[in-house]
Amino acid sequence: MEDKTGSQLSRSDVTLEHLYLNRRTFIRAGLLASTAAATGLTYRYFNPQPVSEVATSEIANVQSPAKPLDVGQPNSLEDITNYNNYYEFSTDKRAVAKKAEKLITRPWSVEVGGLVQKPKTFDIDEILGFPQEERIYRFRCVEAWSMVIPWVGFSLKTLLDQVEPLETAKYVAFQTHYDPKVMQSSFSAGIDFPYVEGLRLDEAMHPLTLLATGLYGKQMPNQNGAPVRLIVPWKYGFKSIKSIVKIMLTDKEPPTTWNISAPDEYGFYSNVNPNVDHPRWSQGTERRIGEVAMRETLMFNGYADEVAHLYDGVDLTKNF
Amino acid sequence: MNDVKFYKILISVNALTPLALLGFDAYSGRLGANPIEFFLRTTGVLTLVFLLVTLFVTPLRKLFGWNSFIKYRRMLGLFAFFYGCIHLVTYSIFDKSLHIGEIVADVWQRPFIAIGMLALFLLIPLAVTSTNGMVKRLGGKKWARLHKLTYLAAVLGVIHFWMIVKSDVFYPLLFAVGLSVLFAVRLFWPKKKPVQKVSG
Repeated sequence: MEDKTGSQLSRSDVTLEHLYLNRRTFIRAGLLASTAAATGLTYRYFNPQPVSEVATSEIANVQSPAKPLDVGQPNSLEDITNYNNYYEFSTDKRAVAKKAEKLITRPWSVEVGGLVQKPKTFDIDEILGFPQEERIYRFRCVEAWSMVIPWVGFSLKTLLDQVEPLETAKYVAFQTHYDPKVMQSSFSAGIDFPYVEGLRLDEAMHPLTLLATGLYGKQMPNQNGAPVRLIVPWKYGFKSIKSIVKIMLTDKEPPTTWNISAPDEYGFYSNVNPNVDHPRWSQGTERRIGEVAMRETLMFNGYADEVAHLYDGVDLTKNF
Repeated sequence: MNDVKFYKILISVNALTPLALLGFDAYSGRLGANPIEFFLRTTGVLTLVFLLVTLFVTPLRKLFGWNSFIKYRRMLGLFAFFYGCIHLVTYSIFDKSLHIGEIVADVWQRPFIAIGMLALFLLIPLAVTSTNGMVKRLGGKKWARLHKLTYLAAVLGVIHFWMIVKSDVFYPLLFAVGLSVLFAVRLFWPKKKPVQKVSG
């Protein structure tokens, strides 16, 4: 057969319609599958899965407190170790666990000095040598979520008593380890490093204030602030500084990282207070990790009986 | 099946993939320790993604002459609205237990909630007038002017995102840069007669 253009193609040379359609279908299926896979992988990248195992060693001879506080059922180890604010590693709470694997916690020492009679640098093994007890505390983050965590540690007072604070000491300043080789920059995190925090001396000496060395009976997982961190259960979580390398007693209110970053949002005290909202969100309620509905936030995170007297005559709205 | 139809399916499949995975992860408990926060954040980010993609349709047409892109703009915009609605419903149910009084108080007391809510409400008239019938009823010019509101919604959406972040503004900044590019294109691109009717 010859068409008008005179080409010599015969009917049988025309690509059969079903073959042509087959190829098109094939290309389309490939396009669908590959773009959907790329979209799915992008989603997965933003939804990191928990790191399975936290392999830290057991802490020996952990005592239970004489009078345990009734704080509710502790959260699971998986939740506690996979939802962390540790800005030196990541600002994504779910990405911290993996990144914090790089934190080197041995050798480790904590310098304690400033306005004290006997300044001393404690090796981490010395700190682990103090009598350890389990303290199950509520933990309330300023972001309006909370957990119940079975910490292991001892009252900070025990350590401070050893260095004998001077009469002139009124505050305690804390500093986190900062290693730019394994941690991200201040620029990426948006806050200054090394991270610093502070307490009034009477807050630091309060029996509830814990120098925590572990949780669930084991040494502190990296992502939770290994090897030693502060826990002040009646204050927002960011006061409970992680991976401490330095404790200084001072006569002036020490600078604190979040207060430097946003003074109108984060005060020096940062006591949990449902009546004083963060400028951008309510502090009246919180989501307990593992629960669906929000629950009421308690004054001083439920520790009012123990600590309210520390703030007699202090305007907690002004001194937030 | 013609190409337009196929590409519409392609876009829908990709647009719904994150939602399907969110649903699967929610069902199998893989949304992390605070699943509601993750769901809320992801649907919010997806709303912004689709808003920006929608707004990039016109610059891409102009830049590369991909005129057929216009055929997919409506569905992209509707996906933005769709994710925005899921975002709002999630917040209303899980953060506020559907207490209207508390939601109103939240809007009143917290600017970032008010801004986000306003951004989403701005999308309602746009979704309603997205049909061919409505384009005809309004007339192309009027319709196009009304749908410029998409820009305002996107700006408010990015501010809303920026305001909830504590200190690391990387992702809000990414969206802000995208928006800036869009505005730059709008402001500095030489004006030409539209090549095609604006509907689609």
